Amino acid sequence: MSQLPDLICPAGSLPALKAAVDNGADAVYLGYKNDTNARNFAGLNFEAKALADGIRYAHGKGREVLLAINTFAQAGRVDDWHKAIDAAVDQGVDAIILADVGLLDYARNRHPQQRLHLSVQGSATSYEAINFCQREFAIHRAVLPRVLTLAQVEHVIQNTSVEIEVFGFGSLCVMNEGRCWLSSYACGESPNTVGACSPAKYVKWDKQPGRMDTRLNGILIDRFGDAEPAGYPTLCKGRFEVEGDTYYALEEPTSLNVLPILPDIVKIGVRAIKVEGRQRSPAYVTQVTRTLRAALDALRDGAERYHVKPAWQAELAKVSEGSQATLGAYNRPWR
Amino acid sequence: MNTHFTIPKFRLPSFVARLGERLPQWPHALALVAGLNAALKMKLLPASELALLEDKLFRVRVNDTGGEASYTYRNGLFRPVFRPEREPDLAFAANLSAYLQLLARQEDPDTLFFNRELEITGDTELGLVVKNMLDAIEWPRLPLIQTSH
Repeated sequence: MSQLPDLICPAGSLPALKAAVDNGADAVYLGYKNDTNARNFAGLNFEAKALADGIRYAHGKGREVLLAINTFAQAGRVDDWHKAIDAAVDQGVDAIILADVGLLDYARNRHPQQRLHLSVQGSATSYEAINFCQREFAIHRAVLPRVLTLAQVEHVIQNTSVEIEVFGFGSLCVMNEGRCWLSSYACGESPNTVGACSPAKYVKWDKQPGRMDTRLNGILIDRFGDAEPAGYPTLCKGRFEVEGDTYYALEEPTSLNVLPILPDIVKIGVRAIKVEGRQRSPAYVTQVTRTLRAALDALRDGAERYHVKPAWQAELAKVSEGSQATLGAYNRPWR
Repeated sequence: MNTHFTIPKFRLPSFVARLGERLPQWPHALALVAGLNAALKMKLLPASELALLEDKLFRVRVNDTGGEASYTYRNGLFRPVFRPEREPDLAFAANLSAYLQLLARQEDPDTLFFNRELEITGDTELGLVVKNMLDAIEWPRLPLIQTSH
Protein backbone atom coordinates (compact mmCIF):
# COMPACT_ATOMS: atom_id res chain seq x y z
CA MET A 1 0.00 0.00 0.00
CA SER A 2 1.08 3.59 -0.55
CA GLN A 3 2.33 5.65 2.36
CA LEU A 4 -0.49 6.78 4.65
CA PRO A 5 -1.09 10.53 4.14
CA ASP A 6 -0.57 12.98 6.98
CA LEU A 7 -3.75 14.23 8.66
CA ILE A 8 -3.64 18.05 8.79
CA CYS A 9 -6.14 19.61 11.22
CA PRO A 10 -7.25 23.19 11.86
CA ALA A 11 -6.60 25.23 15.02
CA GLY A 12 -8.12 28.63 15.74
CA SER A 13 -7.02 28.57 19.37
CA LEU A 14 -4.64 26.75 21.71
CA PRO A 15 -7.38 24.40 23.03
CA ALA A 16 -8.23 23.50 19.40
CA LEU A 17 -4.54 22.80 18.67
CA LYS A 18 -4.34 20.51 21.70
CA ALA A 19 -7.58 18.79 20.65
CA ALA A 20 -6.10 18.13 17.19
CA VAL A 21 -2.83 16.76 18.59
CA ASP A 22 -4.56 14.66 21.27
CA ASN A 23 -6.97 13.12 18.75
CA GLY A 24 -4.43 12.05 16.17
CA ALA A 25 -3.52 14.90 13.81
CA ASP A 26 -0.05 14.56 12.28
CA ALA A 27 0.09 18.33 11.86
CA VAL A 28 -2.00 21.35 12.77
CA TYR A 29 -2.32 24.48 10.68
CA LEU A 30 -3.03 27.89 12.12
CA GLY A 31 -2.56 31.63 11.61
CA TYR A 32 -1.46 34.79 13.38
CA LYS A 33 -4.07 37.09 14.90
CA ASN A 34 -4.10 39.52 11.96
CA ASP A 35 -4.95 39.82 8.28
CA THR A 36 -1.97 37.81 7.06
CA ASN A 37 -4.23 34.74 7.03
CA ALA A 38 -7.57 33.95 5.44
CA ARG A 39 -9.44 33.29 8.70
CA ASN A 40 -8.93 36.72 10.23
CA PHE A 41 -11.97 36.60 12.55
CA ALA A 42 -12.44 38.58 15.77
CA GLY A 43 -10.94 36.74 18.72
CA LEU A 44 -9.58 33.87 16.63
CA ASN A 45 -5.99 32.75 15.99
CA PHE A 46 -2.62 33.01 17.68
CA GLU A 47 -0.49 35.73 19.24
CA ALA A 48 3.25 34.98 19.36
CA LYS A 49 3.05 33.56 22.88
CA ALA A 50 0.13 31.22 22.19
CA LEU A 51 1.94 30.06 19.04
CA ALA A 52 5.09 29.33 21.05
CA ASP A 53 3.00 27.30 23.53
CA GLY A 54 1.31 25.50 20.65
CA ILE A 55 4.59 24.64 18.92
CA ARG A 56 6.00 23.33 22.20
CA TYR A 57 2.91 21.17 22.76
CA ALA A 58 2.83 19.76 19.21
CA HIS A 59 6.57 19.14 18.97
CA GLY A 60 6.51 17.51 22.40
CA LYS A 61 4.21 14.89 20.91
CA GLY A 62 6.07 14.61 17.62
CA ARG A 63 3.57 16.57 15.52
CA GLU A 64 4.10 19.46 13.14
CA VAL A 65 2.83 23.05 13.11
CA LEU A 66 2.12 24.68 9.75
CA LEU A 67 1.51 28.43 9.72
CA ALA A 68 -0.76 29.95 7.07
CA ILE A 69 0.27 33.35 5.73
CA ASN A 70 -2.11 32.91 2.85
CA THR A 71 -3.58 36.32 2.09
CA PHE A 72 -2.14 38.67 -0.50
CA ALA A 73 0.16 41.47 0.69
CA GLN A 74 -1.74 44.76 0.39
CA ALA A 75 -0.28 47.84 -1.24
CA GLY A 76 1.68 50.02 1.19
CA ARG A 77 1.69 47.32 3.89
CA VAL A 78 3.91 44.63 2.38
CA ASP A 79 6.18 44.92 5.40
CA ASP A 80 3.45 43.45 7.66
CA TRP A 81 3.52 40.21 5.65
CA HIS A 82 7.33 40.12 5.56
CA LYS A 83 7.43 40.54 9.34
CA ALA A 84 4.92 37.70 9.76
CA ILE A 85 7.17 35.42 7.66
CA ASP A 86 10.28 36.42 9.63
CA ALA A 87 8.45 35.84 12.94
CA ALA A 88 7.19 32.42 11.83
CA VAL A 89 10.73 31.35 10.93
CA ASP A 90 12.04 32.68 14.27
CA GLN A 91 9.36 30.79 16.16
CA GLY A 92 10.32 27.55 14.45
CA VAL A 93 7.17 26.51 12.59
CA ASP A 94 7.67 23.39 10.47
CA ALA A 95 6.34 25.02 7.31
CA ILE A 96 4.81 28.28 6.13
CA ILE A 97 1.77 28.05 3.86
CA LEU A 98 1.90 30.88 1.30
CA ALA A 99 -0.26 31.97 -1.63
CA ASP A 100 1.30 35.23 -2.89
CA VAL A 101 4.18 34.70 -5.34
CA GLY A 102 5.85 37.89 -4.07
CA LEU A 103 5.83 36.46 -0.55
CA LEU A 104 7.03 33.06 -1.78
CA ASP A 105 9.94 34.86 -3.40
CA TYR A 106 10.69 36.84 -0.22
CA ALA A 107 10.51 33.77 2.01
CA ARG A 108 12.73 31.69 -0.26
CA ASN A 109 15.40 34.37 -0.59
CA ARG A 110 15.39 35.51 3.01
CA HIS A 111 15.03 32.08 4.60
CA PRO A 112 16.55 29.50 2.22
CA GLN A 113 16.15 26.62 4.69
CA GLN A 114 12.49 27.22 5.55
CA ARG A 115 10.00 24.63 4.29
CA LEU A 116 7.31 26.32 2.17
CA HIS A 117 3.89 25.02 1.14
CA LEU A 118 1.77 26.50 -1.63
CA SER A 119 -1.63 27.41 -0.14
CA VAL A 120 -4.95 26.42 -1.67
CA GLN A 121 -5.35 30.20 -2.05
CA GLY A 122 -2.44 30.09 -4.51
CA SER A 123 -4.96 28.46 -6.83
CA ALA A 124 -2.56 26.10 -8.62
CA THR A 125 -4.65 23.41 -10.29
CA SER A 126 -2.12 22.11 -12.85
CA TYR A 127 1.24 20.38 -12.49
CA GLU A 128 2.73 23.12 -14.68
CA ALA A 129 1.79 25.76 -12.09
CA ILE A 130 3.06 23.59 -9.24
CA ASN A 131 6.33 22.75 -11.00
CA PHE A 132 6.83 26.46 -11.69
CA CYS A 133 6.55 27.17 -7.95
CA GLN A 134 8.97 24.33 -7.26
CA ARG A 135 11.51 25.67 -9.75
CA GLU A 136 11.21 29.31 -8.60
CA PHE A 137 10.55 28.95 -4.86
CA ALA A 138 11.48 25.33 -4.05
CA ILE A 139 8.05 24.61 -2.55
CA HIS A 140 7.85 21.30 -0.74
CA ARG A 141 4.10 20.77 -0.95
CA ALA A 142 1.07 22.19 -2.74
CA VAL A 143 -2.52 22.21 -1.46
CA LEU A 144 -4.91 21.61 -4.37
CA PRO A 145 -8.06 23.71 -4.83
CA ARG A 146 -11.26 21.74 -4.41
CA VAL A 147 -12.18 21.79 -8.08
CA LEU A 148 -10.32 18.75 -9.44
CA THR A 149 -11.69 15.27 -10.06
CA LEU A 150 -9.84 12.33 -8.56
CA ALA A 151 -8.42 11.47 -12.02
CA GLN A 152 -7.13 15.03 -12.36
CA VAL A 153 -5.51 14.90 -8.91
CA GLU A 154 -3.77 11.67 -9.96
CA HIS A 155 -2.58 13.30 -13.20
CA VAL A 156 -1.03 16.16 -11.19
CA ILE A 157 0.71 13.73 -8.81
CA GLN A 158 2.16 11.71 -11.71
CA ASN A 159 3.74 14.83 -13.17
CA THR A 160 5.35 16.49 -10.19
CA SER A 161 7.72 15.62 -7.36
CA VAL A 162 6.07 18.24 -5.12
CA GLU A 163 4.02 16.64 -2.32
CA ILE A 164 0.29 17.00 -2.91
CA GLU A 165 -2.21 17.83 -0.16
CA VAL A 166 -5.98 17.69 -0.73
CA PHE A 167 -9.02 18.56 1.35
CA GLY A 168 -10.73 15.66 3.09
CA PHE A 169 -13.48 17.26 5.12
CA GLY A 170 -15.17 20.59 5.72
CA SER A 171 -17.48 23.28 4.44
CA LEU A 172 -17.50 23.86 0.71
CA CYS A 173 -18.07 27.15 -1.05
CA VAL A 174 -17.98 28.26 -4.67
CA MET A 175 -14.26 27.35 -4.45
CA ASN A 176 -12.79 29.88 -6.80
CA GLU A 177 -10.03 29.78 -4.26
CA GLY A 178 -7.65 32.71 -4.10
CA ARG A 179 -9.54 34.41 -6.91
CA CYS A 180 -12.98 34.94 -5.40
CA TRP A 181 -14.32 38.49 -5.07
CA LEU A 182 -17.98 37.70 -4.33
CA SER A 183 -17.63 38.93 -0.74
CA SER A 184 -16.13 42.19 -1.97
CA TYR A 185 -19.07 42.58 -4.35
CA ALA A 186 -21.43 42.65 -1.35
CA CYS A 187 -19.36 44.46 1.27
CA GLY A 188 -16.07 45.64 -0.22
CA GLU A 189 -13.98 43.11 1.74
CA SER A 190 -12.90 39.57 0.88
CA PRO A 191 -10.40 36.88 1.94
CA ASN A 192 -7.71 38.21 -0.39
CA THR A 193 -7.89 41.74 1.03
CA VAL A 194 -8.83 41.52 4.73
CA GLY A 195 -8.49 37.80 5.38
CA ALA A 196 -12.20 37.07 5.80
CA CYS A 197 -15.08 36.10 3.55
CA SER A 198 -18.33 37.88 4.49
CA PRO A 199 -16.84 39.58 7.59
CA ALA A 200 -19.09 39.29 10.65
CA LYS A 201 -19.58 43.05 10.99
CA TYR A 202 -21.64 42.96 7.76
CA VAL A 203 -23.75 39.95 8.79
CA LYS A 204 -27.20 40.26 10.32
CA TRP A 205 -29.27 37.28 11.48
CA ASP A 206 -32.77 38.72 11.51
CA LYS A 207 -35.25 36.58 13.45
CA GLN A 208 -38.84 36.91 12.30
CA PRO A 209 -41.84 34.83 13.34
CA GLY A 210 -41.43 31.43 11.63
CA ARG A 211 -38.25 32.35 9.74
CA MET A 212 -34.78 33.82 9.89
CA ASP A 213 -33.44 36.25 7.29
CA THR A 214 -29.71 36.44 6.58
CA ARG A 215 -28.39 39.77 5.39
CA LEU A 216 -24.88 40.62 4.21
CA ASN A 217 -24.31 44.37 4.23
CA GLY A 218 -28.07 44.81 3.98
CA ILE A 219 -28.47 42.45 1.01
CA LEU A 220 -30.92 39.62 1.69
CA ILE A 221 -28.99 36.46 0.82
CA ASP A 222 -31.14 33.75 2.36
CA ARG A 223 -34.30 33.05 4.34
CA PHE A 224 -34.65 29.91 6.49
CA GLY A 225 -37.80 28.33 7.89
CA ASP A 226 -37.57 27.42 11.59
CA ALA A 227 -36.88 23.75 10.83
CA GLU A 228 -34.45 24.35 7.97
CA PRO A 229 -30.70 23.93 8.49
CA ALA A 230 -28.71 27.17 8.24
CA GLY A 231 -25.35 27.82 6.59
CA TYR A 232 -22.56 30.38 6.61
CA PRO A 233 -23.68 33.82 5.37
CA THR A 234 -21.74 33.92 2.12
CA LEU A 235 -23.05 35.14 -1.22
CA CYS A 236 -22.15 31.89 -2.97
CA LYS A 237 -24.44 29.92 -0.64
CA GLY A 238 -27.39 32.32 -0.85
CA ARG A 239 -30.74 31.65 -2.49
CA PHE A 240 -31.62 34.08 -5.23
CA GLU A 241 -34.47 34.66 -7.61
CA VAL A 242 -33.38 33.83 -11.15
CA GLU A 243 -35.95 34.10 -13.92
CA GLY A 244 -38.84 33.52 -11.55
CA ASP A 245 -37.25 30.65 -9.56
CA THR A 246 -35.73 31.13 -6.11
CA TYR A 247 -32.95 28.62 -5.40
CA TYR A 248 -29.27 28.13 -4.58
CA ALA A 249 -28.18 29.71 -7.84
CA LEU A 250 -24.42 29.33 -7.18
CA GLU A 251 -23.77 26.64 -4.57
CA GLU A 252 -25.76 24.74 -1.95
CA PRO A 253 -24.42 24.79 1.63
CA THR A 254 -22.69 21.41 1.86
CA SER A 255 -19.65 19.79 3.39
CA LEU A 256 -17.00 17.71 1.69
CA ASN A 257 -16.50 14.22 3.10
CA VAL A 258 -14.02 11.89 1.36
CA LEU A 259 -14.37 8.82 3.60
CA PRO A 260 -16.03 6.75 0.82
CA ILE A 261 -13.07 7.35 -1.54
CA LEU A 262 -10.28 7.42 1.04
CA PRO A 263 -8.62 4.23 -0.33
CA ASP A 264 -8.45 5.81 -3.81
CA ILE A 265 -6.97 9.03 -2.42
CA VAL A 266 -4.25 7.08 -0.65
CA LYS A 267 -3.62 4.82 -3.65
CA ILE A 268 -2.89 7.67 -6.05
CA GLY A 269 -0.20 9.00 -3.71
CA VAL A 270 -1.75 11.99 -1.93
CA ARG A 271 0.70 12.93 0.85
CA ALA A 272 -1.58 14.90 3.16
CA ILE A 273 -5.30 15.27 3.85
CA LYS A 274 -6.53 18.57 5.21
CA VAL A 275 -9.56 19.30 7.38
CA GLU A 276 -11.22 22.69 6.86
CA GLY A 277 -12.41 24.79 9.81
CA ARG A 278 -10.01 27.06 11.68
CA GLN A 279 -13.08 29.13 12.59
CA ARG A 280 -14.65 26.16 14.40
CA SER A 281 -14.43 25.22 18.08
CA PRO A 282 -12.26 22.65 19.88
CA ALA A 283 -15.33 20.36 19.96
CA TYR A 284 -15.44 20.23 16.14
CA VAL A 285 -11.68 19.67 15.90
CA THR A 286 -11.98 16.76 18.36
CA GLN A 287 -14.88 15.14 16.51
CA VAL A 288 -13.48 15.44 13.00
CA THR A 289 -9.86 14.60 13.88
CA ARG A 290 -10.69 11.42 15.77
CA THR A 291 -13.04 10.28 12.99
CA LEU A 292 -10.52 10.78 10.18
CA ARG A 293 -7.76 9.28 12.32
CA ALA A 294 -9.91 6.17 12.86
CA ALA A 295 -10.58 5.92 9.11
CA LEU A 296 -6.89 6.32 8.17
CA ASP A 297 -5.85 3.78 10.80
CA ALA A 298 -8.45 1.31 9.50
CA LEU A 299 -7.00 1.77 6.03
CA ARG A 300 -3.47 1.20 7.28
CA ASP A 301 -4.62 -2.03 8.92
CA GLY A 302 -5.96 -3.40 5.64
CA ALA A 303 -7.16 -1.57 2.57
CA GLU A 304 -9.16 -4.56 1.32
CA ARG A 305 -11.17 -4.69 4.55
CA TYR A 306 -11.77 -0.91 4.70
CA HIS A 307 -15.38 0.13 4.87
CA VAL A 308 -16.95 3.38 6.01
CA LYS A 309 -18.47 2.88 9.45
CA PRO A 310 -21.93 4.40 10.01
CA ALA A 311 -20.68 5.91 13.29
CA TRP A 312 -17.98 7.87 11.39
CA GLN A 313 -20.54 9.17 8.90
CA ALA A 314 -22.95 10.11 11.68
CA GLU A 315 -20.28 12.06 13.56
CA LEU A 316 -19.21 13.95 10.44
CA ALA A 317 -22.79 14.57 9.25
CA LYS A 318 -23.64 16.17 12.58
CA VAL A 319 -20.97 18.87 12.29
CA SER A 320 -21.55 19.49 8.57
CA GLU A 321 -22.77 22.76 7.20
CA GLY A 322 -26.13 22.29 5.51
CA SER A 323 -26.34 18.81 7.11
CA GLN A 324 -25.32 17.35 3.78
CA ALA A 325 -22.02 15.77 2.81
CA THR A 326 -20.75 15.25 -0.72
CA LEU A 327 -17.65 14.06 -2.56
CA GLY A 328 -17.36 17.54 -4.06
CA ALA A 329 -15.52 17.71 -7.36
CA TYR A 330 -13.66 14.41 -6.83
CA ASN A 331 -16.37 12.34 -8.49
CA ARG A 332 -17.81 14.84 -10.96
CA PRO A 333 -17.99 13.65 -14.55
CA TRP A 334 -16.72 16.90 -16.05
CA ARG A 335 -13.12 17.35 -17.13
CA MET B 1 -11.04 17.80 27.84
CA ASN B 2 -11.46 14.07 28.34
CA THR B 3 -15.11 13.47 29.11
CA HIS B 4 -16.27 9.99 29.96
CA PHE B 5 -19.91 10.93 29.77
CA THR B 6 -21.90 12.71 27.11
CA ILE B 7 -24.69 15.18 27.53
CA PRO B 8 -27.66 14.04 25.46
CA LYS B 9 -29.79 16.42 23.47
CA PHE B 10 -33.01 16.90 25.40
CA ARG B 11 -35.88 19.29 25.73
CA LEU B 12 -37.62 19.90 29.01
CA PRO B 13 -41.42 19.58 29.01
CA SER B 14 -43.19 22.80 28.11
CA PHE B 15 -44.76 23.29 31.55
CA VAL B 16 -41.25 23.94 32.88
CA ALA B 17 -40.91 26.99 30.65
CA ARG B 18 -44.42 28.20 31.50
CA LEU B 19 -43.55 27.94 35.18
CA GLY B 20 -40.03 29.33 34.73
CA GLU B 21 -41.26 32.44 32.98
CA ARG B 22 -43.28 33.33 36.07
CA LEU B 23 -40.35 32.93 38.45
CA PRO B 24 -38.05 35.85 39.24
CA GLN B 25 -35.19 36.10 36.70
CA TRP B 26 -32.56 37.79 38.87
CA PRO B 27 -31.04 34.55 40.30
CA HIS B 28 -30.03 33.45 36.76
CA ALA B 29 -28.32 36.75 36.10
CA LEU B 30 -26.49 36.65 39.43
CA ALA B 31 -25.29 33.08 38.92
CA LEU B 32 -24.10 33.75 35.36
CA VAL B 33 -22.31 36.94 36.32
CA ALA B 34 -20.65 35.24 39.31
CA GLY B 35 -19.32 32.53 36.98
CA LEU B 36 -18.00 35.07 34.46
CA ASN B 37 -16.33 37.12 37.18
CA ALA B 38 -14.70 33.99 38.58
CA ALA B 39 -13.22 33.38 35.11
CA LEU B 40 -12.02 37.00 35.10
CA LYS B 41 -10.39 36.59 38.47
CA MET B 42 -8.56 33.50 37.24
CA LYS B 43 -7.33 35.61 34.30
CA LEU B 44 -8.81 33.14 31.81
CA LEU B 45 -10.18 35.90 29.58
CA PRO B 46 -7.77 37.92 27.43
CA ALA B 47 -7.70 41.71 27.97
CA SER B 48 -7.65 42.53 24.23
CA GLU B 49 -11.01 40.83 23.67
CA LEU B 50 -12.54 41.99 26.96
CA ALA B 51 -12.07 45.60 25.85
CA LEU B 52 -14.49 44.88 22.99
CA LEU B 53 -17.23 43.93 25.48
CA GLU B 54 -17.18 47.25 27.37
CA ASP B 55 -20.71 48.57 28.00
CA LYS B 56 -22.33 45.99 25.71
CA LEU B 57 -25.64 44.51 26.81
CA PHE B 58 -25.93 40.70 26.58
CA ARG B 59 -28.96 38.46 27.01
CA VAL B 60 -28.92 34.70 27.49
CA ARG B 61 -32.29 32.96 27.19
CA VAL B 62 -32.90 29.31 28.03
CA ASN B 63 -35.95 28.42 25.99
CA ASP B 64 -37.07 25.28 27.77
CA THR B 65 -36.63 26.56 31.33
CA GLY B 66 -38.12 29.97 30.62
CA GLY B 67 -35.05 31.52 32.22
CA GLU B 68 -33.40 34.68 30.99
CA ALA B 69 -30.41 36.70 32.17
CA SER B 70 -29.08 40.05 31.02
CA TYR B 71 -25.66 41.38 31.89
CA THR B 72 -23.05 43.86 30.84
CA TYR B 73 -19.29 44.30 31.20
CA ARG B 74 -18.04 47.56 32.68
CA ASN B 75 -14.80 48.68 34.35
CA GLY B 76 -13.32 45.23 34.58
CA LEU B 77 -16.37 43.36 35.89
CA PHE B 78 -19.43 41.58 34.55
CA ARG B 79 -22.57 43.08 36.09
CA PRO B 80 -26.15 41.80 36.05
CA VAL B 81 -28.79 44.01 34.44
CA PHE B 82 -32.14 43.23 36.04
CA ARG B 83 -34.31 45.58 34.04
CA PRO B 84 -32.77 46.10 30.63
CA GLU B 85 -34.02 49.33 29.11
CA ARG B 86 -32.98 48.57 25.57
CA GLU B 87 -32.57 45.68 23.18
CA PRO B 88 -29.37 43.71 23.88
CA ASP B 89 -26.33 44.16 21.66
CA LEU B 90 -26.07 40.39 21.51
CA ALA B 91 -28.66 37.74 22.40
CA PHE B 92 -28.38 33.96 22.66
CA ALA B 93 -31.37 31.62 22.82
CA ALA B 94 -31.20 27.82 23.12
CA ASN B 95 -32.46 24.89 25.16
CA LEU B 96 -30.65 23.94 28.35
CA SER B 97 -29.05 20.84 26.79
CA ALA B 98 -27.41 22.95 24.05
CA TYR B 99 -25.82 25.28 26.64
CA LEU B 100 -24.58 22.30 28.65
CA GLN B 101 -23.10 20.71 25.51
CA LEU B 102 -21.34 23.99 24.69
CA LEU B 103 -19.95 24.40 28.20
CA ALA B 104 -18.63 20.83 28.21
CA ARG B 105 -17.01 21.48 24.78
CA GLN B 106 -19.02 18.55 23.51
CA GLU B 107 -20.62 20.45 20.64
CA ASP B 108 -19.40 23.27 18.46
CA PRO B 109 -21.55 26.44 18.36
CA ASP B 110 -21.49 26.48 14.54
CA THR B 111 -22.90 22.92 14.55
CA LEU B 112 -25.71 23.97 16.89
CA PHE B 113 -26.29 27.09 14.82
CA PHE B 114 -26.46 25.13 11.51
CA ASN B 115 -28.92 22.72 13.15
CA ARG B 116 -30.99 25.65 14.46
CA GLU B 117 -30.45 24.64 18.08
CA LEU B 118 -28.69 27.90 18.95
CA GLU B 119 -30.02 31.31 17.98
CA ILE B 120 -27.70 34.31 17.88
CA THR B 121 -29.14 37.76 17.17
CA GLY B 122 -27.74 41.26 17.35
CA ASP B 123 -24.15 42.28 16.65
CA THR B 124 -22.73 39.27 14.78
CA GLU B 125 -19.10 40.35 15.18
CA LEU B 126 -19.57 40.72 18.95
CA GLY B 127 -21.01 37.18 18.90
CA LEU B 128 -17.85 35.96 17.18
CA VAL B 129 -15.66 37.73 19.76
CA VAL B 130 -17.54 36.04 22.62
CA LYS B 131 -17.53 32.64 20.92
CA ASN B 132 -13.83 32.74 20.12
CA MET B 133 -12.96 34.09 23.57
CA LEU B 134 -14.75 31.16 25.23
CA ASP B 135 -13.12 28.70 22.79
CA ALA B 136 -9.65 30.00 23.60
CA ILE B 137 -10.02 29.56 27.37
CA GLU B 138 -7.63 26.99 28.74
CA TRP B 139 -9.71 25.57 31.56
CA PRO B 140 -7.47 24.64 34.45
CA ARG B 141 -7.43 20.92 35.17
CA LEU B 142 -9.50 19.97 38.17
CA PRO B 143 -7.24 19.32 41.13
CA LEU B 144 -6.70 15.58 41.38
CA ILE B 145 -6.97 13.89 44.72
CA GLN B 146 -3.57 12.41 45.45
CA THR B 147 -3.76 8.72 45.99
CA SER B 148 -1.02 6.59 47.42
CA HIS B 149 0.39 3.88 45.18
